[in-house]
Amino acid sequence: MMPIATPETLAEDEAPVAATGAESLVEVRDLKVHFRTPGRQVQAVNGVDLSLARGEVLTILGESGSGKSVTLRSLMRLLPEQRTLLSGRVRVAGEDILAMSRGELSRYRGSIASMIFQEPMLAFDPVFRIGDQIAETVRRHEGVSHAEGLARALELFELVRIPSAKRRLSNYPHELSGGMSQRAMIALALSCRPRLLLADEPTTALDATVQIQILLLLRDLQRELGMSVIFVTHDMGVANEISDRIAVMYAGRVVETGTVDAVIGRPRHPYTLGLMQSRASGELRGRRLSAIPGSPPDMASPPPGCAFAARCPRAVEACREAVPELRSPGEQHLAACFRLDNAEDR
Amino acid sequence: MSSSTLDASAAHEPLPAAPTKGYWHSVFGRLSRDPVALVAGLILLAILLVGLLAPWVAPVDPYATSMLSRLQPIGSPGFWLGSDELGRDVLSRLIYGARLSLLIGVMPVINAFVIGSAIGIVAGFVGGRTNTLIMRVIDVFYAFPAVLLAIALAGALGAGLINSLFSLTVVFIPPIARVAESVTTQVRNVDYIEAARASGARSLTIIQRHVLGNVLGPIFVYATSLISVSMILASGLSFLGLGARPPMPEWGLMLNTMRDAIYVNPWVTVLPGAMIFTVSICFNMLSDGLRTAMDVKL
Amino acid sequence: MKTAISNALSTSDHASRDRGGKAQPLLSVRGLRKHFLIKGGGPGKPACKVHAVDGVDLEVRKGETLGIVGESGCGKSTTARLLMRLLTPDAGEMIFDGDPVDVMGGLSLRDMRRQMQMVFQNSYASLNPRMSVEDSIAFGPQVHGLGKRESRQRARKLLDQVGLLPDQFASRYPHELSGGQRQRINIARALALEPRLLILDEAVSALDKSVEAQVLNLLEDLKREYGLTYLFISHDLNVVRFISDRVMVMYLGRVAELGDSEALYRAPAHPYTRALMSAMPSMDPLRRTQVAPLDGDPPNPIDLPPGCRFCPRCPMAVAACHDQEPELEALPGGGHSSACLRATEVQAQGRQQEALDQEVST
Repeated sequence: MMPIATPETLAEDEAPVAATGAESLVEVRDLKVHFRTPGRQVQAVNGVDLSLARGEVLTILGESGSGKSVTLRSLMRLLPEQRTLLSGRVRVAGEDILAMSRGELSRYRGSIASMIFQEPMLAFDPVFRIGDQIAETVRRHEGVSHAEGLARALELFELVRIPSAKRRLSNYPHELSGGMSQRAMIALALSCRPRLLLADEPTTALDATVQIQILLLLRDLQRELGMSVIFVTHDMGVANEISDRIAVMYAGRVVETGTVDAVIGRPRHPYTLGLMQSRASGELRGRRLSAIPGSPPDMASPPPGCAFAARCPRAVEACREAVPELRSPGEQHLAACFRLDNAEDR
Repeated sequence: MSSSTLDASAAHEPLPAAPTKGYWHSVFGRLSRDPVALVAGLILLAILLVGLLAPWVAPVDPYATSMLSRLQPIGSPGFWLGSDELGRDVLSRLIYGARLSLLIGVMPVINAFVIGSAIGIVAGFVGGRTNTLIMRVIDVFYAFPAVLLAIALAGALGAGLINSLFSLTVVFIPPIARVAESVTTQVRNVDYIEAARASGARSLTIIQRHVLGNVLGPIFVYATSLISVSMILASGLSFLGLGARPPMPEWGLMLNTMRDAIYVNPWVTVLPGAMIFTVSICFNMLSDGLRTAMDVKL
Repeated sequence: MKTAISNALSTSDHASRDRGGKAQPLLSVRGLRKHFLIKGGGPGKPACKVHAVDGVDLEVRKGETLGIVGESGCGKSTTARLLMRLLTPDAGEMIFDGDPVDVMGGLSLRDMRRQMQMVFQNSYASLNPRMSVEDSIAFGPQVHGLGKRESRQRARKLLDQVGLLPDQFASRYPHELSGGQRQRINIARALALEPRLLILDEAVSALDKSVEAQVLNLLEDLKREYGLTYLFISHDLNVVRFISDRVMVMYLGRVAELGDSEALYRAPAHPYTRALMSAMPSMDPLRRTQVAPLDGDPPNPIDLPPGCRFCPRCPMAVAACHDQEPELEALPGGGHSSACLRATEVQAQGRQQEALDQEVST
């Protein structure tokens, strides 16, 4: 069984960390990402602000098409250059990501920020042994010998708690089970000691009993290595398990953000509330779920006002005319809604 | 009965603005916006029309020989594109030749498309041992180079248009059947086929309603890319004397009969070859355009 | 309107189709088994056998929703395909409302499929991309001899029933629709034959949470409206608990536990069920999960251990567990059975843990 944090240390770690400008590792200001396709332009991200302190875990929570993955990918500039219009400011560890040249990017990817995905098989080349692939990455980034790289790979495998690590290093990617290859991908991502780990739904394809293992592992690793993590998921439960802070995205904008306690415990934006209330559970047996009606807007022609207004039970005329700014309904908590003050009258 | 019992909020959700049009409609829409494909298509159409309207378009009778005006150069009075070794007007022969050349170039591919698709779709849909058996037989034909197989078959059957058509058809069945088989195998394992089977439909109905519509497109694109090869092979057979017979106006045959005059009148001699080249490259471009236009993630 | 739809198919009225009365199970399956052979990795390597479904008995009562949960490789989806006969079982008998299926003198597969339909997980792959929505729904009735016009009419009525405006959606193609809309169409398509049993194989798993709730509500409405019986397969314990009357937990091709939904969730009697439940991410920021309930991945059902197949991962295994494979046995109190030698101890331990948690939180 993996070592786990005691409740005391947990409570300490979970103390809300405000990401203020001075100590923040990631600063995203007014990020806009538009995709050009023949005949139309999809406005995937429409002015996202994010900041992340060192050693903090931020979860971007949202449904498909909310722009959560696109936001994450722009932090790595992993979007197809030809078709993507990027604007705004993205700074990681003091460097301007959007201005980086190709050479600077490849140095930045892996050593400062590194990414894990939903499908671990995509991270590995199927025809080489996993150990060699990790060693090669270390060699390329740090200029050490292959043997030293392999030694590092073994260390990493032990770090991500792969049983009989030495033997596993000489496995080919397809020989590992789902959870094991997910761990191997985390090892690969950590191979050059990144300060920022970007996780794009890494547990979504896993079985529940494996998902919780990976979540606990990521939590431990983050604490041991003092990394910052941005975690993207659509699952509120996963967000609750992993994060210090949560940013809820809807239609390309952050609609609510704050500490886990605030967003999960006292959600204020109607969309977050709607998500909470539409969760099926045993207590609601035999009752109707209060589903959010309708579907998200077409991002090729988003509505002029609040994108959620069309589905919102509390929407008034003002909501359809202008986009609400993020306002603070409480400490460590921001929500983009005109009707926050009327939130209690539900 | 109304749907009032249903969740009123979820019911009747509006549709995102998206135009409803059929798949083929949108394919042709995209194809018509592709300049290369458009130009290639127009050239082919023009050649086809001229060929069809040959009796009205051609200046003179393509069979009319004249010993006095043999091997005239391009631009001679009465012979805009010169004349051949028997004094026949090359322009008229090229125009009449379009009929025959297009016919023996395109027909084998159409035949092979029908037969090859049928074989491939059945093999792919049935799967298992039947598939293995059919595909191994196909592989035997596939193992011969297309040119050799065509020549061998046409040679064995004897010279003649029909035999040339037949042998080229046999040459193109295996590649089309292979493509049809692999596309059908992919489609067969998709959930909507399972759903159709779960609704109690018989195999023939499933093939008709669910398989054909999804596999014919890709097979068709592949078949169009074979037309250029077929054009060249057909001309080649005629050139070798295995296809069209003299004095028929056919581009490959013209290339053959005028070949002796290449030192005397090189530019006239090259013309049938240029036609074969133009038509085959146009078919290729059209096929490329079609593939791009059809390759849309639906 | 209902009768207007029904007229065309000969024996579609629900009341008249009910044969054995309320007490007779709608579907009853004994000893269902399917082993797949995988070719060996090279010359000399023997083919190995995947025990995808390995002796499953199940009974679906009229009007209930039976949930099946389990992880990948547990055989839940294979079971669904076996029931629909999209796969041919190696062994097992199936009785649909008193009629044996696919035997001499019994119910033919074609007739069975009219009474039993399935909704697949992948809303996109299960619709023919070249067919309009209306044609997709009308396909089944047409196969069973309903005229073109009548079946289109039925398709439009069903579109209305699943909450999509017929005039707006009938002529659409699948790629023009959202995942939720497509799944509604899949449901309409399954209902077009007026089945009595609907198998929902991870039917809401690929949907966003807010859409999932809409579809779950729709399923509840349709069930009431048409007197349907559901077999609801999912990996999501919360959803299964919400929708099911009884729940069956599967592990490596066998039933681990079966019981009334509330009884099973309140006092799970199989260590695997308990592990599944505590592996669900917590929704309480103050009570996050501290220990993963199980190590490692769910194994492949290829090389099965002797004895109980959960043994290698079981925190409560004792020597006896390695020797004999436990059968599904009823627990005292009724309505709940478990295939675990230590079922009662598992329940007792669960209650203890709960008391402990209560103490910690207060």
